[in-house]
Amino acid sequence: MAIKVENLSYVYSTGTAFEKQALKNVNLELPDGQFVGLIGHTGSGKSTLIQHLNGLIRATSGAVYYNGENIYAEGYNMKKLRSKVGLVFQYPEHQLFEADVFADVCFGPKNLGLSQTEVEERAREALRLVGMKEEHYKQSPFELSGGQKRRVAIAGILAMEPDVLILDEPTAGLDPKGRDDILDQVERLHKEKKITVILVSHSMEDIARYVERIVVMNRGQVMFDDTPREVFSHYRELEKVGLAAPRVTYLMHGLQERGWSVDTSATTVAEAASSILKALREEGVPEKRN
Amino acid sequence: MIREITIGQYYPADSVLHKLDPRVKLAATLIFIISLFVFRSPEAYMAATVFLGAVIYISKVPLKFMMRGLKSIILLLMITVVFNLFLTPGTAVIRIWRLQITKEGIVTAVSMAVRLIYLIVGASVMTLTTTPNDLTDGLEKALTPLKKIRVPVHEISMMMSIALRFIPILLEETDKIMKAQMARGADFETGGLIKKAKSMIPLLVPLFISAFRRANDLAMAMEARGYHGGEGRTKMKPLVYKKRDYTAYLCLLAYLILMFLVNRLHLVTGLLGI
Repeated sequence: MAIKVENLSYVYSTGTAFEKQALKNVNLELPDGQFVGLIGHTGSGKSTLIQHLNGLIRATSGAVYYNGENIYAEGYNMKKLRSKVGLVFQYPEHQLFEADVFADVCFGPKNLGLSQTEVEERAREALRLVGMKEEHYKQSPFELSGGQKRRVAIAGILAMEPDVLILDEPTAGLDPKGRDDILDQVERLHKEKKITVILVSHSMEDIARYVERIVVMNRGQVMFDDTPREVFSHYRELEKVGLAAPRVTYLMHGLQERGWSVDTSATTVAEAASSILKALREEGVPEKRN
Repeated sequence: MIREITIGQYYPADSVLHKLDPRVKLAATLIFIISLFVFRSPEAYMAATVFLGAVIYISKVPLKFMMRGLKSIILLLMITVVFNLFLTPGTAVIRIWRLQITKEGIVTAVSMAVRLIYLIVGASVMTLTTTPNDLTDGLEKALTPLKKIRVPVHEISMMMSIALRFIPILLEETDKIMKAQMARGADFETGGLIKKAKSMIPLLVPLFISAFRRANDLAMAMEARGYHGGEGRTKMKPLVYKKRDYTAYLCLLAYLILMFLVNRLHLVTGLLGI
């Protein structure tokens, strides 16, 4: 198992007026190769949690294990951990600083102490994975569009070849096309490289479309941890904590209330469509053919 | 890691000091600082200590929080103390090799240290109990007479309040960028001076860009809301002195008189040869 979080608690600004318990007794197991969605209201502790996973924040109490090793043990190599558990922050394009795109992507692998040829090889591969063309390599990162900047920033993490990729709201502030591009690329990565992906998001639609497991955070605690179907079946409880299920969940429940025998556990538009068509056929409504 | 600088960081609490008119607090801070440098007898320092202690007690801000501001001047403090200790001529007390500590040196070093610490703590009391907005409002009002000699008082205070407002934002931003670069394997702690300076580039470049972006956004937002400088601008909460403000002024006057008397007393005892 890749990452194990045990009784993790974290308190911000201990001993001041701004003291705040951000995480309370969080237990989580993240096996290799999963595509996990992490959702929660603003301030639910999800960003704090993911920063624990690569050791950027030290827990007030509890432990984090990576491949069975306690990362808080003395002499544990944090730098290595950070290269294995790649964390892409919200608005990662704000961390770009180099004169050109290629040099910026090289920053991560260079910090790992690799040889120049390997650094460049990895940068090239990472930029390919996020779909950046060679013509952009020598451009200043600040001349790119918003979506391109973000892809370059994600490549900066990918170039370290992490086994776990954590993305904090990777689609915030992007248009629908930019959003789909990024998420499709992440999915391809997950399939191609078999890496674990943890996707932090507000959008239930995005989450439902890609992930196999959802962890819901509320007030610093894990509220649900299950498959999308199971989690979204609790849509009334999700609403109470300021979240919602995908729109199709509401549609399916609405149809069921009106007497249609549809599958209310459908989480994506495609699933919903086939379930509705099936119900229509059972009702004897002929399918329209063109 | 860098959130420990308290200057410009308001500490919310329900105390008389928080409710005072910012002009009173500005005047009090100014008078307190001047008094530290004008009255230099041990008795005066004792009186100043009592005054500062009382003010901190009334403010309801934990002492620990006040002291945090001192962390930023610790180096300056050390240098001042060491230099004064060893380089003041006078009657020697201890001699180590070619260095000597003089009686006068000890007196100057201690009084310099006390003054520096009180200066920072005194200023922290003001900034911890006054929101940056109140502070610049107070400053603007207090400096209004300067408008007659064409000093752009409103513009200056607006710039100050924006600058103050940006301190915590930029600190947070620094923290965020630092973490983001650390996630990419950056190392800000180890290495020699040159390596450390070099490692700042991935932090400073994004920070400057973000500061410019924020400044640009803010300018745009201000213009969109019709900001056109101080001419004809009215206040939502105009500053008006209340009864407690006058009481505070009286306390301040009492402090000044006390300091003056205490200092004179020292002169008298000094003349007697004690």
